[in-house]
Formats: sequence, structure tokens, C-alpha cells
Amino acid sequence: MSARDRDWDGVRLHVVTGKGGTGKTTLSAALALALAAEGGRVLLVEVEGRQGIAQLFDCPPLPYEERRVAVAPGGGDVHALAVDAEAALLEYLEMFYGMRRAGQALTRFGVVDFATTIAPGMRDVLLTGKATEAVRRRVRRDRARRPGGDGREAFVYDAVVLDAPPTGRVARFLNVNAEVAGLAKVGPIRNHADRVMEVMRSPETVVHFVAMLEEMPAQECLDGIAEIRRVGLNVGGVLVNMVRPPLLDPAALADAARGEVDVAALARGLKSAGLEHADRMAGDLGRELVEHARRVRAEGEVRERLATAGRPRYELPYLSDGVDLAGLYRLAEELRAQGAA
Amino acid sequence: MSTPEPAAGRDRAARSPRLDTDALLTDRRTRIIVCCGSGGVGKTTTAAALALRAAELGRDAVVITVDPARRLAQSLGLTELDNTPRLVPLPEPAAPGTADGARPEGGGTLHAMMLDMKRTFDEIVEAHADPARAEQILANPFYQSLSSSFSGTQEYMAMEKLGQLRRSDEWDLIIVDTPPSRSALDFLDAPQRLGRFLDGRLIRFLSAPAKTGGRAFRLLGAGFGVVTGVVSKVVGAQLLKDVQTFVTAFDAVFGGFQERATQTYRLLQAPGTAFLVVAAPESDAIREASYFVERLAEERMPLAGLVLNRTHHSLVPRLSAARGLAAAEALEESGDHPLAASALRLHADRVRVESRELRLRAYFTSTHPAIPVAEVPAQPEDVHDLTGLREIGRALADTGRSAG
Repeated sequence: MSARDRDWDGVRLHVVTGKGGTGKTTLSAALALALAAEGGRVLLVEVEGRQGIAQLFDCPPLPYEERRVAVAPGGGDVHALAVDAEAALLEYLEMFYGMRRAGQALTRFGVVDFATTIAPGMRDVLLTGKATEAVRRRVRRDRARRPGGDGREAFVYDAVVLDAPPTGRVARFLNVNAEVAGLAKVGPIRNHADRVMEVMRSPETVVHFVAMLEEMPAQECLDGIAEIRRVGLNVGGVLVNMVRPPLLDPAALADAARGEVDVAALARGLKSAGLEHADRMAGDLGRELVEHARRVRAEGEVRERLATAGRPRYELPYLSDGVDLAGLYRLAEELRAQGAA
Repeated sequence: MSTPEPAAGRDRAARSPRLDTDALLTDRRTRIIVCCGSGGVGKTTTAAALALRAAELGRDAVVITVDPARRLAQSLGLTELDNTPRLVPLPEPAAPGTADGARPEGGGTLHAMMLDMKRTFDEIVEAHADPARAEQILANPFYQSLSSSFSGTQEYMAMEKLGQLRRSDEWDLIIVDTPPSRSALDFLDAPQRLGRFLDGRLIRFLSAPAKTGGRAFRLLGAGFGVVTGVVSKVVGAQLLKDVQTFVTAFDAVFGGFQERATQTYRLLQAPGTAFLVVAAPESDAIREASYFVERLAEERMPLAGLVLNRTHHSLVPRLSAARGLAAAEALEESGDHPLAASALRLHADRVRVESRELRLRAYFTSTHPAIPVAEVPAQPEDVHDLTGLREIGRALADTGRSAG
């Protein structure tokens, strides 16, 4: 691959979280596209049952099955999987205990319902278990592909991107070991959780935070970073979403933020552009300028606070026409240009 | 350009009835307002702003918040999760209706509390079991994980707290913010789910060994042997034992539990209750809002309307994005009037955002034309004090008043 400077070489599990409404799913998808660019193979995993990935890639709802949803820039594939806790449980039983038929009986007796909705922590172990299994999965021997560097078979996916629950719940979600501790001190659930944690804590895993240049999402991002550190997981980068470029030079911005706009000059400009009612319009456009300048000023303060986290930051533009497929590719390009992938 | 001119778009969107929040808040028959919606749309802020406005309009209001942002919590004088409604000192009454003189004399009061779900759960157990049994349940490892991390506990307990406050009759208006859960309607589903589990076949099976020494299994049919095998193999013997002890002890409490859940559910359907679906003009949030509206109708929960937060409006609706941009380009080419050129570009951008939001709003209103809508324009700065909350409350009231 190219000799570009990429910040997360060696990372194979990218967990993406953020406050609700900041565009977590969108940026997870864009990151997956960016990581798959130029011949990679990336799995994008969603766990909240919202079918957000299907909406983004404009395809029918995803079944519990890995399927290709997009071709990355320069070749490369993005596959997607909507993990369903029930299906993951049945698959797990079959994989580790060879109990395919038991599944039906378990469902009938409410065991599956219990395990996936009531039993504390079980649901999260199942969901994170599926994502970490995909990280560890290697190409089967009988399907000849060149072995990886360590002489073992190559990994099926170069990277896995996990669209995780929002910041408020993410530490608990990822730290499944602590979560099931009260439930299972020994035994198969505990072993499964241990295997999940091994991947989660390894240097191959980082947790990225999606923020916006607004106070509450930024505060939640900083709190989330502290919490992820506290539980001993690796913090990745801060993806600042929906950034709008300032349209004025700094001096004019500073004036406008103080409420000082040269309305007369504005009116002359509007007249010269041939617009009618230039004087009245100038007053109103002047107020739009002031509001813009104040927002930019507030955004600047938030940007400084986000910088205190000491993590790499990436700024992604606000897409004024909404996020469509073209927009996703544009965000992916931005992530690559800024070194996130 | 194929996008409609904003003025035309606004007329179309304005066809849905306006949600008059002041009428809702001043109507003494309104006893409960539930704010629901997907994460990040400003539910907590909306709930707090409505509670403040209600207090200033003379109600004795309490707002139950679940996990509020720190500064918002501070602004309400909340520093810890303690399940106790705290009196919020109201700022000088400079406000809500002074513009039109609608504010009645003799304001009300505002209380606020943060939900402590574990403690709420413990309290129910204590209320329904004798002291010895309560102690046994509270000490059970399975109960401890269940009460602090079951994905529906927070929702369940928010509704339980709502029921408690309503029964106490100390406040004449309770406003509740729903938790940021996987599905924002978990507060409707969680009690049922827990009930289904506690009342289901699984629980009988799990508690059977303690009661009958396992003989009951055979009576339940062939599938049972498989199930016992799998469960003990997968979850391990210790966990199974914890669950069994829990279930046996909980059995006595359960009737009371279910009764309370049913009561709270009925309370939500009662005429004094009003649901507000909160959304932001983003496609995800609007889609979820549509889904909530449909679910609430299915459950026969009384919906008062949609609150659309953080909308953007241009101050010069007559100037379209296309014309603004063309004028900006002409000015940029000449090199004169850079200020006007920037202002025009900025305006064009703002109009584009506005038309997009109007399209999203139209998506909602055309599928739900009868649902009243109130809008809160995006505030230039974040809300973290009572003055900011008061502004939001006023903005909500304004969309209700200025019809068309």
C-alpha cells in the first residue's frame, strides 16, 4: 500500500461511539469505506437493531449474515452485519456445543428471550462476541489464500468497524468482563467474556469518539474518553462531525460576534449585485452574519476543549444536502486525507 | 433548482396544526407529560424547559430526569442521583408571558430529581416483601446485576417513579424525560418483558429444583431434558443456583410487582397524561418520531404532539439560495464588497439547510397530518441555565401562538 502516514496502522477493531444524534453510524460507515480503500476488506458491524447501515447504503434491511454493501474507492470491499443477539446465541451454542436442535427447545422455554433481554450482560457479551470473533477469524486452510506474516492463515477481514452504543452506555457495553462478573465467576459465559476482553484490551482495538462542535456532545465525548481510559481500554481519535467552514475572515468574524456589522457597506454590495430592497435586506443579512459569527465563536471554544483530550482529531464537513451515498464517499475521502485511514 | 422555495415549503409544512404547549401546561387536567424520542434530540432540555414554564405559569411541577448533561443538572441544582425531588429556586419573574401579559399572578413551584434506578428497584422490593425476604433478595448476586444493569431497568424504574410521584399527589404536574435506551419505547416494553420472564415457563423451570427436586421436569415434556442440560452447561451451576434462589425469594414479591407495572401502564393511558414526541430535523430522528407516533397510537397512549427542536430559519425568506449564490459569485468576481459576498454565501447555505429541514418535516406531517407540531429554533449557544431554559419554553409557546 501507499506510504501515506496513517494514524491507526495495526488497529484491527475500530469501535465508534458518540452522543446520540452526532452521526455515529454515518461516520462508522465512512470509516469502514476509508479503511477498505485500495484493496482492503472491512466488516462494518451494527448492534442496536436499527438497520442504520442498510439505510445509509440504500439497501434492503440486513439479515444476520455478512454481506457486501459497498465497493471502496480504488477497489476494496465493505461488508456489513447487523448482529442480532438471539441469532448470535443460537449460533454460539451450535459452534461451541454442537447444539443446533437445542435452539428450538430453548426458544420455546423462553431461555433465549431470557438470555438476550433479561440476563444482565449476556446480550452485550453476545454482541461484542460476534464482533471480536470476526476480528480473530482467519481464512480456512482449504481455501488457499496466502498465509499471513506469522505463517498462519490470513485474517478474513483487514479491519472490523463496530458501530457501538452511544457514549453513555459504551464503557459498560465493551467492558463485558466486569458486566458478567456478578453473573458468572467461572464457567462458559465467563470464558467467552474473557476471550472478548482479550481482543478489546489488545493494542489492536481502539475506541473512537464522534463529537460535534457543540457543548453537550463535546462534554459527553470528554467524559466518555475518561471512562474508557478508566476501564483500561484504548482511546482512538475524536471524529468531529458536521463542521461548517467559517465564511468570513477572522477580523470580520470578531466584529460580527460583537454585533458590529457594517450594514451600509452590506447594502451597497447588495445594490451592486442588483438585488432589490437592498437596505432592508442588509439589516436582515447582517443579523444572519451576527448569528453565524457567534456560533463560530462558540464552536472555537468547543474545539479548544476537545483538544484537551490530547487525541488525534479529524474534522468532517457538514453535508447540507443530507447524507447520501455520495456524501459517505466524500466523508471517507476526508478521513483518508486527514490520516485516519 | 428542483428544491422548493423556502416560502412555499413553509406554507406546505404549516398545514399541520400548531402544538399549543402553554394551553397544555395551563390546563389543570394535564397531570403527566412524558417526553420521548431518540437520543440526542434534546428530550431532557425540552422536559426541563416545559417544567420551568409550567411553574412560571402557576403549576406545581416536578421534572424527573434520567441522566441529564452535567451542566443542565447543575442549573437545576441537581448534584447527585438521589431520587429526591429538589426545589429549584426560580429566577426573578422577568418572564414568560410579559410580552402579551398572559402570565397569571402567583407563580407555582418547580422541583427536579434525577432517577436512581437501583434504589428505586430496592424500594419496591422492600415495599412488597417482609424484611427477612427483602434482605435475602437484595443480597442475591443475580438480583444485584439485574437491578443495576438489566437493559430495561432504567425504563421500568423511571415509570415506577412516575407512578409513585403521581400517587403521592404532591405535585399537580409531573414531567418525565425518558431514558436514552436502545429503543426509546423501552419504557413501554420493559415492564412487560420483565413480567413475561418472571411469569413464564422458564421461571417455573428454574425454580422447580428448589421446590420439587426436579420431578416437575418430566411432566413438562421431552424438550425439557435438553433444556436443563444446555442451561447448566452454558451458564454454569453457580449462576443457576443464584437465579433459583432469587426466583424463589422473588416469587412472593412478584404479584405486587406486576400489579404496579399494570397500574403505571394504565396511568400512561389516562386522560390526564400527554405524550410529547421530541425530534430534531435529522432523517433518523424524524423516522424514529414517526415510529413512536404509530406505536403510541397502537398502545392507545394520548399523544399531544411533536416538538421539533433545533430548526433553522433564514431571516430573508424571499431570497432563494440560487439567487443568493449567483449574487455572491457576481460580487466575488468583481472583487468588491467582500462582506456582502460572504453574507450572501452564508445566506444561501442557511436556506439550503432550511429547505432540507422543511422536506424532513413535510415527510412527517404528510404521513401524520393531524399531529400538532411545535418548533424550537436552534439557539446560538448551548442551554445550561434557567434563563436558557426559559428561552426554550418561550420559543415553544411562540410557535403555538403565531398561527401561520
